[in-house]
Amino acid sequence: MSAVTFAIIAILTLAAALAVATLQKLMHAALSFAVMFLGISAFFFLLGAEFVGLVQVFVYIGAVAVLIVFTVLLTRHDQEKTRGFNWSGVVVALAVFGGLIWAITKTKLLQSAPRPIEPITVHRIGELLMTSYVWPVLCVGVLLTAALIGALILVMEDKGQ
Amino acid sequence: MTLSIFLIVSAALFCIGVLAALSRRHAIFILIGIEMMLAAANINFIAFWRFAPSPAQPIGVMVAIFSIAIAAAEAAVGLAMVIAVYRHFRTTNVDQLDQLKG
Amino acid sequence: MSGNAVDQIFIRAKEWLLSLLIGRVPDWAVQIASSLINIAALLGVFLTLFALISVLERKILGRIQNRYGPNRVGPFGLFQPVADGIKMLIKEDIVPARADKIVHFLAPVLIAAAAILTLGVIPYGRNMTPFVIDGGILFFFAVSSASELTVFMAGWGSNNKYSMLGAMRAIAQMISYELPLIITVLPVVMIVGSLNPDKIVDAQGTYVFGFIPHWFVFTPWGATAFLLFFVSGLVESNRTPFDVPEGESEIVAGHMTEYSGFKYATFFMAEYIGMFAVSGLAVTLFLGAWHAPLPFLEFIPSYLWFFAKLSILLFVYIWLRGTLPRTRVDQIMNFAWKFMLPMAFTCLIAAAIWHYTGRGWRGWLWSAGVIAAVYFTLSILLETKKKFAPRTYRFAE
Repeated sequence: MSAVTFAIIAILTLAAALAVATLQKLMHAALSFAVMFLGISAFFFLLGAEFVGLVQVFVYIGAVAVLIVFTVLLTRHDQEKTRGFNWSGVVVALAVFGGLIWAITKTKLLQSAPRPIEPITVHRIGELLMTSYVWPVLCVGVLLTAALIGALILVMEDKGQ
Repeated sequence: MTLSIFLIVSAALFCIGVLAALSRRHAIFILIGIEMMLAAANINFIAFWRFAPSPAQPIGVMVAIFSIAIAAAEAAVGLAMVIAVYRHFRTTNVDQLDQLKG
Repeated sequence: MSGNAVDQIFIRAKEWLLSLLIGRVPDWAVQIASSLINIAALLGVFLTLFALISVLERKILGRIQNRYGPNRVGPFGLFQPVADGIKMLIKEDIVPARADKIVHFLAPVLIAAAAILTLGVIPYGRNMTPFVIDGGILFFFAVSSASELTVFMAGWGSNNKYSMLGAMRAIAQMISYELPLIITVLPVVMIVGSLNPDKIVDAQGTYVFGFIPHWFVFTPWGATAFLLFFVSGLVESNRTPFDVPEGESEIVAGHMTEYSGFKYATFFMAEYIGMFAVSGLAVTLFLGAWHAPLPFLEFIPSYLWFFAKLSILLFVYIWLRGTLPRTRVDQIMNFAWKFMLPMAFTCLIAAAIWHYTGRGWRGWLWSAGVIAAVYFTLSILLETKKKFAPRTYRFAE
């Protein structure tokens, strides 16, 4: 049963990812981006990390996808599609894929059976974030503030020009 | 549902991200390709956490959470740059953004 | 704590239905059947409530405006939704010629799907949460923030400048008010220590002094957080006085302009179900969900208490719609960023102070003091400096 679920989610995610990489209409590609992240979030649920899956939907689909769609809108000149697809990119991508598959199949991974599913609880994640991982949390806070101020400054219009 | 199949799917997603970043000519889609690569790496982290031997360290989950936050910040700044560049050069086709002179 | 027979009647009915299936079908099919029964019950209850609220709202608005509401169809006009439904179904479905067909079609479907998904994590009675997820509150907010993208799809897919403008204004409003919405929930989550709605309900089950319930709305930070959450919920569901995205005199129905017939009805269904979901969450987090207010009233079944509290909140929504005029877009944005966000952070700090000074009367006074201090500071700082000149009339003397 879970193999069937895995197969469906994998096919959906990879199809959406291919759509993002190859569709010529920009809006459709941006919307497939959101569908792809839904698929990735489903993978996280399957693997037992539910909190990460929910954060993924929240941050990527609720914020990053909306940002991307707005930016596509704001940077349109009257042609809808940008022509131009560089075929050498396909060659490089296939080479990278080949290399990664070779590495995965040649590695002797630990053959232990997976642990029985104990999804990590939000309580445990909160505890860890405030005890062992408190420095990364503070650094991410500073990073996000810097990114916020930086993005605002980049798009502020120069007054008086 | 073995570890290898998850790694293969995440490798495929990574390579499609490389494809999007290298072969599209619109600046925003290059950023989208980078986001896809980051997401594929997140799947790797969580898959290794799930299939680790029994006293499992939650490090994979923690790194994935921080990675999502950092990717969002990077997307915001990258898209702000794309808007600023568009205002100046009136184009988002990266083939035409090839001069340092403004 | 197991309730009495009437309280658990729906749970027993579902268990009986599942027991008919257990020996005969494989395990995964029983799980799917269980989920399907939950979903069918949820849809049945809330779609009926949607129909009822649509006619009750028109009647209440009519009474506020000193007229009868609809009273022709059925006793007291209560079959009006049936007539409305038939009318919507037989209308011609017009799609603009150069609209993007797939995106135009999918937008109302996805908005309704997102709204209905959020209903699944709210506890409706004792043991009656449809889907128990450990991060239930986060699930609620994740799905409702994913619905912003669908509003954009509706506006862009119509290939109409006014739809696009309406969609962008709607999204700007929704994003601005998402922050106060989420930050006002944080004090409750912090005090309870869990994102699971069932644990939040259990933390409100005791009685202080024997008869005052331990609901979070009876603490100073809880009352402020409830008010802020309620107002943010009003804005998130695009209700008057914040209905700029769909105001007819402003932008001709905004992102829903190019939709006719059943798709338009789907948009309104999504809006009302969003309203139910936010009210349900407000009842769960602040008003004690399905607990009774006084100890001797606990014989009344838990789901009746939940729906009674939900009805009071919905009545307040309708009352506000009938009474207040529409605010301007810049007033809405100013209010969110300059007032609600600082007050939401103050609630968080006040809740922490309440917890660390012992949760007694001393905690009450300190946290009430902090909230009052910030409120008065903000009201002084944000005073508009316009002085209005005496009004002169050009023609009427």
